[in-house]
Amino acid sequence: MSNELEIPSVDSVSGTGVAVRGNDIDTDQIIPARFMKVVTFDGLGEFAFFDQRFDDDDNEKDHPLNEPEHRDASVMVVNANFGCGSSREHAPQALMRWGIDAFIGESFAEIFAGNCLALGMPTLEADTEVVEELQEWVEANPDGELDVDVADETVTYGGKTVDVRVDDAQRKALVEGVWDTTALMKANAEAVDETAEALPYVEDGKRV
Amino acid sequence: MSEGTLYDKVWDRHAVTRLPTGQDQLFVGLHLIHEVTSPQAFGMLRERDLEVAYPDLTHATVDHIVPTSSKERPYADTAAEEMMAELEENVRESGIEFSHPDTGEQGIVHVIGPEQGLTQPGTTIVCGDSHTSTHGAFGTLAFGIGTSQIRDVLATGTVAMEKQKVRKIEVTGELGDGVEAKDVILEIIRRLGTEGGVGYVYEYAGEAIESLDMEGRMSICNMSIEGGARAGYVNPDETTYAWLEGRERVPEGEAFEQRKEYWESIRSDDDATYDDVVTIDGGDLEPVVTWGTTPGQGVGITEPIPEPENLPVDKVETARRAQEHMGVEPGETMEGYPIDVAFLGSCTNARLPDLRRAARLVKGRTVDPNVRAMVVPGSQQVKQAAEEEGLDEIFTEAGFDWRGAGCSMCLGMNEDQLEGDEACASSSNRNFVGRQGSKDGRTVLMNPRMVVAAAINGEVTDVRAMKEVTVNE
Repeated sequence: MSNELEIPSVDSVSGTGVAVRGNDIDTDQIIPARFMKVVTFDGLGEFAFFDQRFDDDDNEKDHPLNEPEHRDASVMVVNANFGCGSSREHAPQALMRWGIDAFIGESFAEIFAGNCLALGMPTLEADTEVVEELQEWVEANPDGELDVDVADETVTYGGKTVDVRVDDAQRKALVEGVWDTTALMKANAEAVDETAEALPYVEDGKRV
Repeated sequence: MSEGTLYDKVWDRHAVTRLPTGQDQLFVGLHLIHEVTSPQAFGMLRERDLEVAYPDLTHATVDHIVPTSSKERPYADTAAEEMMAELEENVRESGIEFSHPDTGEQGIVHVIGPEQGLTQPGTTIVCGDSHTSTHGAFGTLAFGIGTSQIRDVLATGTVAMEKQKVRKIEVTGELGDGVEAKDVILEIIRRLGTEGGVGYVYEYAGEAIESLDMEGRMSICNMSIEGGARAGYVNPDETTYAWLEGRERVPEGEAFEQRKEYWESIRSDDDATYDDVVTIDGGDLEPVVTWGTTPGQGVGITEPIPEPENLPVDKVETARRAQEHMGVEPGETMEGYPIDVAFLGSCTNARLPDLRRAARLVKGRTVDPNVRAMVVPGSQQVKQAAEEEGLDEIFTEAGFDWRGAGCSMCLGMNEDQLEGDEACASSSNRNFVGRQGSKDGRTVLMNPRMVVAAAINGEVTDVRAMKEVTVNE
């Protein structure tokens, strides 16, 4: 039942990192459309960045996700406008099922960030230099731990702490464990009905 | 912060309450669903033992996976068949109205909403598809959402959202011969960037926008998302009302006049405050085509393709890779770029006026023998209306393949796909690598008449050099 669902607080994420470089990485790249012919999200993990990872004969190509030392990474470090394009939640679902728990990047496309939030995955933003330095560090230290503090808006790695930015609503939702909004909004059903009935085009929950 | 804009007014009327996160809980007046992004949401509802809260404000169609060659069931593609069957089951259980292919009302979700009068000014509309921004052409707040949000909307009739800033984009002047709405939006995205709209909603205004028909406005709002803005809109006006009057599901007579008062009341005030204003001279524009692999990598048809080094530093690497993929040289123009495939379709440009204008250019001409050319109407109703006017004959006589309604080769989730490194002149909205079904495929975005001009000549062509070019009718 909805009210019994426990929504965990996501105030921090720790783990090793993987850098996926490039601006404007769209959701068609993150998960090609042909893998969306499914009615559940189960098993999408193996298709993350599929066409970047494999050639026509299914041979592995050079891609950070193909490198064994990055296989267990949980923090993905990206550049600008990551996740642009289609609204498919299949994209963050695939990356989550691959094992990613948080993203750090220069900027994120709006819907992608919203989809990540709905899954409890923080999308933290940082300046270009901060991101590039972090990407270099992650590449040089595949075993290095990153501590992402959502509440404090910092990332600690290699004995160094840098500032990142988290959208206010996202931070609150993650830290206070209210990022899964279904039950929260369901509880306001009466107010929803009132709002609806005050609209000139709704009557008794129907379009008029 | 913006004040007195359509965005502010419609938002305020639909805001239920402020959530603990600081987001607003927004009532959804119309929830459009389709087969790709909704089955998982219905699954989540079942897991949580929840029901659809407002089935009568929800409407379904099937568009991404439908074959455009035959409607016959079961579909040859078993995965497509499974998705269709799942949607049929979900809407039957929930009592949601479904523009099923058998009804003659099926089509791309952003074509059928307006067509059936579901899309009306002053409403909030969401759909698990980023091009939901299309419906903003009617003065709605229309947003693409993800599947977890679809679950929320199904369960509660509301969605949690943060209010965004409003940027007014004023397009002044009169569009020249051969220049269409598509060129306006490609130019906007090129100037402001693919991420320029992040955090903003775009209000499109100015003479060049106001003089467009509803279909043109839809093309512009459709690609707001390509500019990073989650939504875009045009204030409703007499053009909007005339388009709506008499459509199914739109109130009639006295009720229509009353509803119009509401529509007028939500227009942006003359003294509204915007977070940003951008002005573009529409009279300066020429047909725009893309040379790269993002919709922002566009260029006027007579302009040289840029030298990556001359672009802003964060664009250099992407541009270099894009030019390599597309096989284009800086300094040259896109005119003469050879194409293998021409696709006239998608939620950006597959409405009746798009097909009409394209057909006039095609009449009496023949598709280049080396080009595979197809027309995919946006909906069954568009297809039928076009056939009543004989447009299908004009296209097929010229050598175009006239197909059934759906998303088709825009993203290639059905059998319509590019093969190998084929280059495609496309009226769709995205030129991302792999977008049209082949990861080596090359997509050149352009307006619909530029697409058919390219089909006829076998290469990207300046449509203004061809006869029978008249616009702004």
